[in-house]
Amino acid sequence: MLVPSCRKAVVVWIALSSGILRAAQDRNPFAGDPRAAKAGEYEFRINCALCHGLGARGGGRGPDLTRAQKKFAHSDVEMFQIISNGIAGTAMPANGTNGQGVGMTDEEIWQIITYIRSQEVKTKATSVGDAAHGKSLFYGDANCSLCHMINGKGGRFGPELTSVGGARTPAAIIDSVRHPSHRLAWGLTEATKEFPQEYETVTAVTADGKEIKGVTLNEDSFSVQIMDQSEKIHLLRKDRLRSFHESRESAMPQYGTDVLSDKDLNDIVAFLISVGAK
Amino acid sequence: MKRPKYSHGSSVCKGTASASHRLRTFRCKSGGSVPFQSQRTWDGFSRCGTESLKARFLYALNAALKGPIFHQRFTAIFSTAMLILLVIPNLLAQVTFDRLLNATKEPRNWMTYSGDYSGKRFSALDQINTNNVHTLTTKWVYQTAATGKLETSPLVADGILYATAQDDRAFALDARAGRPIWMYQRQLPSDIRPCCGRVNRGMAILGDKVFLGTLDAHVIALDAKTGAVIWDVDAADYRTGYSFTVAPLAVKNLVVIGVSGGECGVRGFIDAYDADTGKRKWRFYTVPGPSEPGHETWEGDSWKVGGAPAWNTGTYDPATNQIFWPTGNPSPSNRGEGRAGDNLYSNSLLALDADTGRLNWFFQFTKHDEHDWDATQVPIMIDSGAKHLIAQANRNGFFYILDRGTGKLISSTAYGKQTWSDSKDADGRPVANSHASPTFEGRTICPGALGTTNFMAPSYDPQTGMFYVTARDQCDTFSTAPQPYEAGHAFYGSAYFPSEDAEPYLGFLKAIDPTTGEVKYKFQHTSPTWSGVLSTAGGLAFSGDAEGNFIAFDARSLTPLWHFQMGGAVYAPPIAFAISGKEYVAIAAGSALFAFGLP
Repeated sequence: MLVPSCRKAVVVWIALSSGILRAAQDRNPFAGDPRAAKAGEYEFRINCALCHGLGARGGGRGPDLTRAQKKFAHSDVEMFQIISNGIAGTAMPANGTNGQGVGMTDEEIWQIITYIRSQEVKTKATSVGDAAHGKSLFYGDANCSLCHMINGKGGRFGPELTSVGGARTPAAIIDSVRHPSHRLAWGLTEATKEFPQEYETVTAVTADGKEIKGVTLNEDSFSVQIMDQSEKIHLLRKDRLRSFHESRESAMPQYGTDVLSDKDLNDIVAFLISVGAK
Repeated sequence: MKRPKYSHGSSVCKGTASASHRLRTFRCKSGGSVPFQSQRTWDGFSRCGTESLKARFLYALNAALKGPIFHQRFTAIFSTAMLILLVIPNLLAQVTFDRLLNATKEPRNWMTYSGDYSGKRFSALDQINTNNVHTLTTKWVYQTAATGKLETSPLVADGILYATAQDDRAFALDARAGRPIWMYQRQLPSDIRPCCGRVNRGMAILGDKVFLGTLDAHVIALDAKTGAVIWDVDAADYRTGYSFTVAPLAVKNLVVIGVSGGECGVRGFIDAYDADTGKRKWRFYTVPGPSEPGHETWEGDSWKVGGAPAWNTGTYDPATNQIFWPTGNPSPSNRGEGRAGDNLYSNSLLALDADTGRLNWFFQFTKHDEHDWDATQVPIMIDSGAKHLIAQANRNGFFYILDRGTGKLISSTAYGKQTWSDSKDADGRPVANSHASPTFEGRTICPGALGTTNFMAPSYDPQTGMFYVTARDQCDTFSTAPQPYEAGHAFYGSAYFPSEDAEPYLGFLKAIDPTTGEVKYKFQHTSPTWSGVLSTAGGLAFSGDAEGNFIAFDARSLTPLWHFQMGGAVYAPPIAFAISGKEYVAIAAGSALFAFGLP
């Protein structure tokens, strides 16, 4: 068992955290405290860095939290609510619900918020590019909307992009346009499954010799659900197929600088941010 | 005489007369329990004042049955017969230590976490086999309505199935109909913070009680017939990170259980409680205290928060009266600074004397672990000629065979992707290379923190001679996040997450030949799974996947022969049992428990 001094620490901690609980609704008890920010950095690395990156600047999966302008939370109290409860309809989980890790106490959540505040760069999120020009490219010459939908307009073959400007860093969006196969986009997330489905490319040949090429909507060892480029859904049993081949080469064409200049790409990113991060 | 409903109806299960053990305990109204004997040697009643109740019941029974057309003598014979009918099924429901010792002789029941004391998770039932498994069909589904991971391995004794669910739910079902007989749910404090989900892996059964470890670190005995709490022991302070998620193991008259909390800086232990009273008979601290051997393997006061939990069920060797129990990571789990040394007995297999908890031998798989590679995987006892072995597919990516008499390492072979070790010490133990330690910037190591395998129960099939284990190839980036210890808080010392460079993460069912350590067969799942494995005498291996399928494989090739989509990911191991001569296979998936059988 733990030594008495540790027991004392527990008592102090319980008293402290119950006090914080009362304060949880109205203010951050550690606002501006550099020691709390340091403790928050460790907590951030353990609990948040998987998606938001080690320095809170966003990873391939989560938004850059160093931006002062955030989509879902403005005040510390709003951030506290989001970290505690998650964001419905997004990959942001509620505290302690992902089945791995202990989860955070209220005190630790406030420390994390203090850390995020200490890392913020006071610039507006929409500073890069010309969003209006980006919009015309998205729906026009760049052909993005043939496969991607924003606010109900566009194609269905690729991931829906309405919120991507708020959920991904500009660097991650640019990387996925320039190198679509580098990290495949996430698709369907099932409640009990550890990993979401990825946008893998599939070529299947049916028993009667028909070839189907498309992206995976979902898959298990015995069945696969595919959307082809004409947006037709194919529901296939693997044991009935003549052949089945899956590839991590994205179905999205690689947009090099010869096809899409850096400036035009920045404009498209600006458009995505103007829609997704507002 | 009419055969009791849940007696030895199955043709495969003769010769279990020991079941009709005369002793059983009677639950007092006060909640205590005392042993008493069957009708003929009635003597223990006055201790809890139930004698008069029983007498009044018999009197009332007599009176009700006694009508004017029955004379006194006939009534006496009839009421005696009724009493026998009432008492006999109760006696048969006794799961004695003798029955646990001989569990393989009554394969219709599944009475310990792994099915028997050897840990094999092998069923001698062969009614469902490679010829007819394609006709397997769902017999019933039981919905727990709990959220989170359902990791339970059910028990079956004499027609009743006992299982647990999230938030320390426990329940007993009619194993043929899937209908609940009783349900229990622990009233948990609001401030528990279990490490890895509010999970429970199952119960132990002994006598007329089932035993449950709880997330607030209590050990509880429930009446197997009603779910009523018989005793409740506070084993440790949950506020400092202690919890129980493990299925206990009943040995002799003891309930053996290991604690969880390696992510919170607990000091790990394995406890044994008197099954009748809940009195603690022994405790083995997995982190030695001052003046104890092994204490010198901890730097300064680091032993006080050294972890080494014991959160998966061990095995028992009656020949040597030893319990083999595996232990988990040292704390903080992913940072070695501040706890220089081997950190005994973290990540070890312990051989403990069952009566005293005294340590006979230990073997440490991963010294001074910095990657959360708990060695808590179920160790399986395998006999090969005159050799008495114990095998473990370890989270660190190596498959180990030890002599279970001495703990001496016989072989260690990688069975999955690993980058942390490229040499072995004089004993043949893999040792860490110079680039295995986490750094602040982050370093990619295989396997990742979740390991090549984890808590998913393995299986050994004596017919094929194969060791089946669920495995994953995933590498993680380990980046230090040095925290100070604070009681009850997470204490990892490092951040770790799947390495982008190592995508996709692969999941397998692998069949290892223990004589060589070679992976003979493997089946690649669509994604990594947390399902355990069952092998049966029907030539089958059963396992589940993350996509919700329950799959029957040919045990000799791991070719899938049958599957059923259960609609939720599997985090639990399968079991097999039989009722009235009909074999069933059961497994938990999503929030439900499923039972399958032939049409």
